[in-house]
Amino acid sequence: MLVVPGPGLDNGHVDQALPLLELTGATVLFGADAAIDNVDFRMFPGEVHSLMGENGAGKSTLIKAITGVLPLNAGTLTLAGEPMHLHSPIDALHAGISTVYQEIELLPNLTVAENISLGREPRRLGMIDSKAMRRQAHAVLSELGLHIDPASLLASHSVAVQQLVAIARAISADLRVLVLDEPTSSLDVDEVAELFRVIRELKQRGVAILFVSHFLDQVYEICDRVTVLRDGKLVGEYLTRELLRIDLVHKMLGHKEAELKERHRTTTSDTDEQPLLSARDVTIVPGIRDASVDLFEGSVLGVAGLLGAGRTELARAITGIDRLHAGVLLIGDKEQHFSNPRKALAKGIAYSSENRRTEGIVAELSVLENIALAVQADRGIWRRMKPARQRELAASWVEALGIRPADLDRPAGTLSGGNQQKVLLARLLALAPRLLVLDEPTRGIDIGAKVEIQNLVGELSENGLSVVFISAELEEVLRVSDRVAVLRDGRIVETLPSADMTVDSVLALVARPNQDEARA
Amino acid sequence: MKTIVKHRLFWPSAALVALIAINAAVRPNFVKITMLDGHLYGNLIDILRQSAPLMLVSLGMTIVIATRGIDLSVGAIMAVSGAVALQIIAGSSEPDNLGVVAWAVFAALAVSLVLGAWNGFLVSVVGIQPIIATLVLMLAGRGVALLITGGKITTVNSSPYKYLSTGYLLLLPFAFLLAMAIVAIVGAVERRSALGVLTEAVGINPEASRLAGVRSRGIVWSAYVGSGVLAGIAGILYSSNIKAADANNAGQLIELYAILAVVMGGTSLMGGKFTIAGTVIGVLFIQTLDSTILFLGISPDQSPVFFAIVVIIVVLIQSPSMHRWVRGLKHSPDKQSPVDAPSDAEVAA
Amino acid sequence: MTTLETAPANTRTSFASRYHTFMSRHGSLMPTFAAVAILLVIFAGAQIKFGNFITPGNISALLLDNAALLIMAVGMTFVIITAGIDLSVGSVMAFTGIWLAQMLQSGVNAAFAIPIMLVGGALVGLLIGLLVQYFDVQPFIASLAGLFLARGLAYIVSTRSIRVEDPTVLWLQSARIHIGQFYITPTGILALLVVAVGAFVMQFTRFGRTIYAIGGNEQSARLMGLNIARTKIAVYVISGFCAALSGLVLTAYSGAGYPRNGIGWELDAIAAVVIGGTLLMGGRGYVLGSMVGVLVFGTIQTVISFMGAEQSWTRIIVGLLLLLFIVVQRAIVARAERRR
Repeated sequence: MLVVPGPGLDNGHVDQALPLLELTGATVLFGADAAIDNVDFRMFPGEVHSLMGENGAGKSTLIKAITGVLPLNAGTLTLAGEPMHLHSPIDALHAGISTVYQEIELLPNLTVAENISLGREPRRLGMIDSKAMRRQAHAVLSELGLHIDPASLLASHSVAVQQLVAIARAISADLRVLVLDEPTSSLDVDEVAELFRVIRELKQRGVAILFVSHFLDQVYEICDRVTVLRDGKLVGEYLTRELLRIDLVHKMLGHKEAELKERHRTTTSDTDEQPLLSARDVTIVPGIRDASVDLFEGSVLGVAGLLGAGRTELARAITGIDRLHAGVLLIGDKEQHFSNPRKALAKGIAYSSENRRTEGIVAELSVLENIALAVQADRGIWRRMKPARQRELAASWVEALGIRPADLDRPAGTLSGGNQQKVLLARLLALAPRLLVLDEPTRGIDIGAKVEIQNLVGELSENGLSVVFISAELEEVLRVSDRVAVLRDGRIVETLPSADMTVDSVLALVARPNQDEARA
Repeated sequence: MKTIVKHRLFWPSAALVALIAINAAVRPNFVKITMLDGHLYGNLIDILRQSAPLMLVSLGMTIVIATRGIDLSVGAIMAVSGAVALQIIAGSSEPDNLGVVAWAVFAALAVSLVLGAWNGFLVSVVGIQPIIATLVLMLAGRGVALLITGGKITTVNSSPYKYLSTGYLLLLPFAFLLAMAIVAIVGAVERRSALGVLTEAVGINPEASRLAGVRSRGIVWSAYVGSGVLAGIAGILYSSNIKAADANNAGQLIELYAILAVVMGGTSLMGGKFTIAGTVIGVLFIQTLDSTILFLGISPDQSPVFFAIVVIIVVLIQSPSMHRWVRGLKHSPDKQSPVDAPSDAEVAA
Repeated sequence: MTTLETAPANTRTSFASRYHTFMSRHGSLMPTFAAVAILLVIFAGAQIKFGNFITPGNISALLLDNAALLIMAVGMTFVIITAGIDLSVGSVMAFTGIWLAQMLQSGVNAAFAIPIMLVGGALVGLLIGLLVQYFDVQPFIASLAGLFLARGLAYIVSTRSIRVEDPTVLWLQSARIHIGQFYITPTGILALLVVAVGAFVMQFTRFGRTIYAIGGNEQSARLMGLNIARTKIAVYVISGFCAALSGLVLTAYSGAGYPRNGIGWELDAIAAVVIGGTLLMGGRGYVLGSMVGVLVFGTIQTVISFMGAEQSWTRIIVGLLLLLFIVVQRAIVARAERRR
């Protein structure tokens, strides 16, 4: 049931051993774009390695390359010195590379023991030997120090326990490399501690572990080594004890060029002006807690923080997409209860989702129909906009935002990411909202289109629109916003005028190690 | 030329034309139309007349499917509707009275509306999967119809009622004109109001539609109400035709033929963009095929075999794996490439 | 030590912890227990109302009158647990039944005719399975094609009923084996055997585990290395085979093949399976539960005839019961989702 015996490695003494898994010059292409470009990556037995990078950096592509989901267009993968060609996840499994996914890929309707042995159940006379199966499961679980009832249904356990069962399944076959994809997103403090204990147990056995997470504190607690990717390229490989947090964040986010119109910053003396919308102690468990922020007309609020800090959760909370578990939203002094997006839209509050494909664009409808959608929905079924009027409306937005190709009848799903984002913006702007919340509007978009959108945000706020601008790119956030709210671990850490901030000061707020009692 | 071929109504229309042509070639009488008793007469006219119930049911099914749903209860609703109407007429002392007939029709449609609303409620409010929600009525509905008729086959002799399915107006069968009028009205409502495009949005991407402020619940609910009412009208036509309410046989399997007509016409079962014109062509195709089979001397009970073949052909043509396989035959197998480009969500993290 | 233990801690009362363990092990049996409870309630109610309801004669008849549906429901259970559906079974039952009658009438020996018609049913199932697995056709549509095909074939074999005079086949229904005051026929034994084999395969073989896995999460099952394709096709073959077997039983029961048999039976089978505790979404269910579902169906039918009421009430009540089960299932799922 066990594992390549490694030289007993503890945290730190690594350079003697040879890497167990190694990628050299790995490149994966999607069409003409390289999702990862000439990346080197290596994992040592008995070591926990973390892969860091923001959205679009290439982390998930690299993981898919080593777990057999995607083939390499260039470069080699070797395992214990032997070159490997993985054609499917099953190949990876047979090679001893096991993955525990963020959405637990186990079967909730079967028992713990059945999940652990699925596909390799012990049999007697052709029948499954349930007793032996339970005994084996019990043995594996105990090795990891876990007390989980093997005969219980997987679904009766929390996500944390299900994850541990997934790990148990992985070690019940020959395990050499374990990939943990965002394992702690849904765990509380105790559950994380338990997971880390099991990880340390596995380290003792010489398993090489890839720990993918955006929680800096956890990365520093459990990982020995970290590899940073940015824009599909390798930034570097470092030992965690030799790399300061702030340097790590710097490497992840980097510095970007952008030509931007110099913005006239609104110097809001917040005290005399009435906020358009106020959020007080807004909480949606577990993503955002006790968040309070004011939004003003003609002003841009930037929201900065790492992935998982609660940016999207905050956005969805203030725009009525998700129901609040605690806290209130106020317009004027009246409490608002948005039970659905339509109510928020009726108050002039619009949300542009970061998942423009799944929550934004209606792919098979035309550009025209997509742009007119919200206006039409607002008018209802019976007051249809005259086709000529719709065309006029859509055409004017296509021109204003520079949507290309300027073909109103093309299915919106055929447009590039940047143009789709513009269509989405047009749809919301056509409603003449008072507050526009943009979640990652420039993600995955080329430089030219990015700048266009940033300039547009400036123009809109100069015309009196209140904008919330969420982005992972700090320069962008600082340049576009009047004030910036910095989020960390689901809470707003600070809200300051952007004129008073620099990239480094934001990084410092974002990267500050957790004074831990503040949690829970 | 290419634009014509690419138009999505091309293949269904071509299939229909081909079928008629084959029939005409084999027996020229097929396309012969004469005047008789002051109206048009001929095989083609019969097909138009008989297609009315299926036309109505398929119309309702098209809208329901566009919302990513399905309505399996239409046959049962037909049976109930016919039973209600006939019970009222049979129970009255003046079956020929226009008022009585009108009342019978009204009552039947009211009941159908309630049944459709019930389906809509289960799907859009309670959130039950459409297949299951409408399955309940499919099961129970026939039982209800049997109860209303007392298990017997009620026959009536009412000329106004009979007219509905066998009468002629302006040379053409009244039933057909009625069905086409309804198709035209529904089509107009869908396309002239925003209902059509909002329904498509809900079917293609329910979440994006919700975020854009579309009233999804109302749209889905009314789709099922519509389907119910249309099935009710179909039920009246059916029972008027046989002058009997045969609760067991009314609308037997019609939901399946309707789904076939919708799919043939080019609307996808996955919901979203729909075409009423396509459904009309699909219905005419099925009806013509039925008539062809009859003409070949094959007993109507055996015709399902041909429909099985049609279903399989349609489904294979629309199957993505089929497309991939055909494409694979055209190109030489090449270095395995990633299946899709990453979605925005995948590129994250 | 950690706090992730799911075994009882010292502070809980032993009842609460035992209940928790029981529920976590057998939670998916709850719907089936509910079905058994309903069955008992109906029995009790009928006994109180009629006085002579629970008699050995009636119980024996309950099994025998519903043997065909029972076999059909077993096959349907396999398909539904994989999150599929098979609408063809009623028509396959009719087709294989009339084919059998016709073969016997033409002088084919029962020893050949019976296996041939069983293979016929399995072949229809195979066709459906291939469409579903290799051409990505939705099970609903694929089995719809099967329904059309089988129903048409039934009429092609014969447009009217054909009596069966073959002694072997008739023996299946006419022979009575007495156990005390109860009696059972070979068809009854056959039905119980099918249930037993079905339950065994589902619970104790790798094939069975794979079926549950596919229903639970097909994507995960594939990632875990299971042979999805073979299993998915196999369940439709099994369903077709069971439908043919019920064709045999029904033909023996009624002494004739009739092409109009089984209209709507697939719905009855689906209703029985769902009432018996199987989720239409797949992944959970028990063959024994489906048997309970069929007994509920049959009992309601018997009660209705005792009451001298219209038989059509049966379908209405079953429909309502089905609705109740589905709404409750939906409520439970909604609550579980919210907790997540």
